[in-house]
Amino acid sequence: MTEYSERAEYSERLLERPARKESAGPMRFVWLIVIPLIAVLSQVYVPRFVWFLSYLELPLLITVHFALHRRSPIQALFYGMSIGLVQDSLSHQPYGMFGIVKTLVGYFAASVSMRFDVENPVVTFILSFFFYFFHEFFRWVLDRALLGQAVNFDAQQTLVFGLLNAAVALPLFRILDKLKVAA
Amino acid sequence: MDFFLSRYRNITVLLIVIVAQLLLIAYQVKSNKDVPLVRVWAVTAVTPVEQALEVVRTYTWGFVEDYFVLLGVKSENDRLKRENGDLKMENHYLKAELSTADRARALSVFQTQTQSKTVAARVIGNGTGANSKVVFVDRGSASGVESGMAVVTPDGIVGKVVDAYPTASLVMLITDSTFAAGVVSQKNHVRGTLKGQGHSECLVDYVQNEERVDAGEMFFTSGDDRIFPKGFPVGPASAVRNGKTFKEIYVAPSGMQGGVEEVLIVLEGVHQQIPDGEVASQGYKIMQPPSDSDAGGTIDPQGSLVTDADKLKSQYKQAGQEQNHTFGEGLPGSKPPDFTKIPGVRAASPPAGASNGQSGNTQPGNAQSRTQPPTTAPVQNGAANAPVTPPRAPAQPANPQGTDAPKPKPRPTAPILLTDPTDADPEATPPSTAKPPSVPPSTTQPTATAPPATQPPPKPPTARPQPPPNQ
Repeated sequence: MTEYSERAEYSERLLERPARKESAGPMRFVWLIVIPLIAVLSQVYVPRFVWFLSYLELPLLITVHFALHRRSPIQALFYGMSIGLVQDSLSHQPYGMFGIVKTLVGYFAASVSMRFDVENPVVTFILSFFFYFFHEFFRWVLDRALLGQAVNFDAQQTLVFGLLNAAVALPLFRILDKLKVAA
Repeated sequence: MDFFLSRYRNITVLLIVIVAQLLLIAYQVKSNKDVPLVRVWAVTAVTPVEQALEVVRTYTWGFVEDYFVLLGVKSENDRLKRENGDLKMENHYLKAELSTADRARALSVFQTQTQSKTVAARVIGNGTGANSKVVFVDRGSASGVESGMAVVTPDGIVGKVVDAYPTASLVMLITDSTFAAGVVSQKNHVRGTLKGQGHSECLVDYVQNEERVDAGEMFFTSGDDRIFPKGFPVGPASAVRNGKTFKEIYVAPSGMQGGVEEVLIVLEGVHQQIPDGEVASQGYKIMQPPSDSDAGGTIDPQGSLVTDADKLKSQYKQAGQEQNHTFGEGLPGSKPPDFTKIPGVRAASPPAGASNGQSGNTQPGNAQSRTQPPTTAPVQNGAANAPVTPPRAPAQPANPQGTDAPKPKPRPTAPILLTDPTDADPEATPPSTAKPPSVPPSTTQPTATAPPATQPPPKPPTARPQPPPNQ
C-alpha cells in the first residue's frame, strides 16, 4: 500500500508539475484568443488567394502548441474544443466535428507533453506530424461514422500534408514562443 | 467517488466534452437542424474581421499588385520603345529606299528622254571643308567622265565635274561660290550669268536693270558657257530687284531641292529648246491666250498670221500686177506704179503729206499705216477699203491738190519731246484738240491748233508736217 501510494503521488506530481523548467511565463489571455482567431481566419481567408496554402491546418497547430506548453489536459481539451467549434461554425458541417477532433488532439497533446521534451524540434516535428495525421484520420472516421459520408481517405496526401504542416509548425512554434517570452 | 474524480478527472472531463459534442452532432443529424444562433454569432464575429482584412488586402494587395504591374509595364514600355525605335529606323530606311527608287526611276526616264548622252552616278561623299560645295560621285574617267562635264538631274542642273578620277569624280555644285554658268530666262529671254553664292540660292548676274525679269520666272541654261547644253532647267527666280548697275536676281536651284543623291553626268550634250513661256511663272495661274477675234492680226485659212503689213503687201502686189509692174526690176528714177489706184487707198484719204503735192513720193506704207493704225478694229482680209472706224481725217475724201486741205501744223522752234503729255509745253494746245482726224476737214482750221502768241509763226508749207500726236 505504501509502495502504491508513493507511486501514485509521484504520478500526480508528474502530471501536475512540468517535467522541465519553463523558460518564460504563460501567454497572455488576449493572445490565447487572438492567435486562434487569426489561425481560423487565415484558414478561411488565405486560400482564396494562395490556394496551395489550404493544406495548412493552423488551428490544429495552435492547439498542439497550446497543449504542449500548457501541459494541462483539461485546459487543452477545452481550448481545442473552442477552436474546433469556431471552425465548425465557419464550415458547412454540424457543430462538433472539428470540436471533437480538436478536443482529442488537445487532450492527447497535453498528455504527451508531460512525457517528452517538447522543446526539441525533432519531437515537435514528429508530434505535429502525428497529430495532423490523427486529426485528419479521426475527422474522416467521424465523417463516415456520424455523418455517413462516403469520404475517401488519401493516406499519401495526408502524410505529405502532415510533413508540410510539421515543417510549418517548427517556425510557427518559435514565433509563438517569442510571443510568450515577450509577454 | 472523490478518489475516482481526482484520479480520473482529466479523462472524465474529456469524456463529458466528447459526449456532449456527440450529442450535439446527434441532435443536428437527427433533427436535421442546424444551430443557427451559434453559427450566426460566429459568422457575425468573424465576417467584420474578414471584411477589414479584405479592405486591407484590397488596398495593400492592390498597391503591391499595381507596383508589380507597373514594373511589368515599365519593362514592357521599354520593350515597346525599343521596338518603336527599330520600326522607326526601318521606316526611315524604307522611305529612303523608296525615295531612291523614285529618283532612280526619274533619272531613267529623263535619261531616255533627253537627247544628250548621260551616265548616271551616285553621290558618295562630300568634299572636305565646312563651306565646300563639292561632292564625289561614283563615276570617273573609266566611265567616260571628264573634267568640265555638266552634272544634272531631271529637275535641273547640279554642277560640273571639276576633277575626274578613274573611279570617282569631283563635282562642283552650282551653289559653290566659284561656280558660274550662262542662263536665260524663259519668258523674257533675258540672259545672265548664274553664280553660286555659297548658300542655297544662286545669283543671276549681269542683267541690266532695264531688262524685265519676273519673280518666279524660270531660268534655263543658255549654252553659252559650253558646259551645260542649252535648255536644262536651272530654277525659278525667287527674288528680283534692281541693283546699282545690274539686277539682283536670286534663283533657287531646282536640281538641288531635297538634296543631291543621284545625278546624271552629261557626256555628250545636245542643246534643247527652252520650253514655252507659259510655264515661266511656276506657281501662278496663267490664262489661256486671247481668241483670234481679239488679236491684232487675223488668221488666214492656211493658218498663217495676216498682219496689216501683209495686207498692204498684197494690195501693192495686186496694184503692180494690174499695172504690169514688177517690183524690184525698175531702175532708180523709173516710173513707179500708181498706188492711188489701189482700191483701198483710193477710198482712203491721202496722207497728210499729200497736201503738198508729194503724193507720188510718199511711201504708201506710211500712209496706210497711218490710216489704219493697229489700234483700230480688226480688219478682215480684203476689207481695207471699208474702214469700220469712225470717220477720221485721213479717211475723208481728200483733195490731192491740197487746196482745201488743212494747213500743216506749225512746228515749234524748239524741239519738244512729246513722250509724255505732261512733258509737253504747258501752253501748247492739248494733243486731243490737235487731232486732225477728230474733226471733220470742213471744220478743221489750223487756227484751232495755232500756237500761242509767244510762239513764232508757222513755217511755209514746205515744212514737214508734224506727225499726229497719237503716233
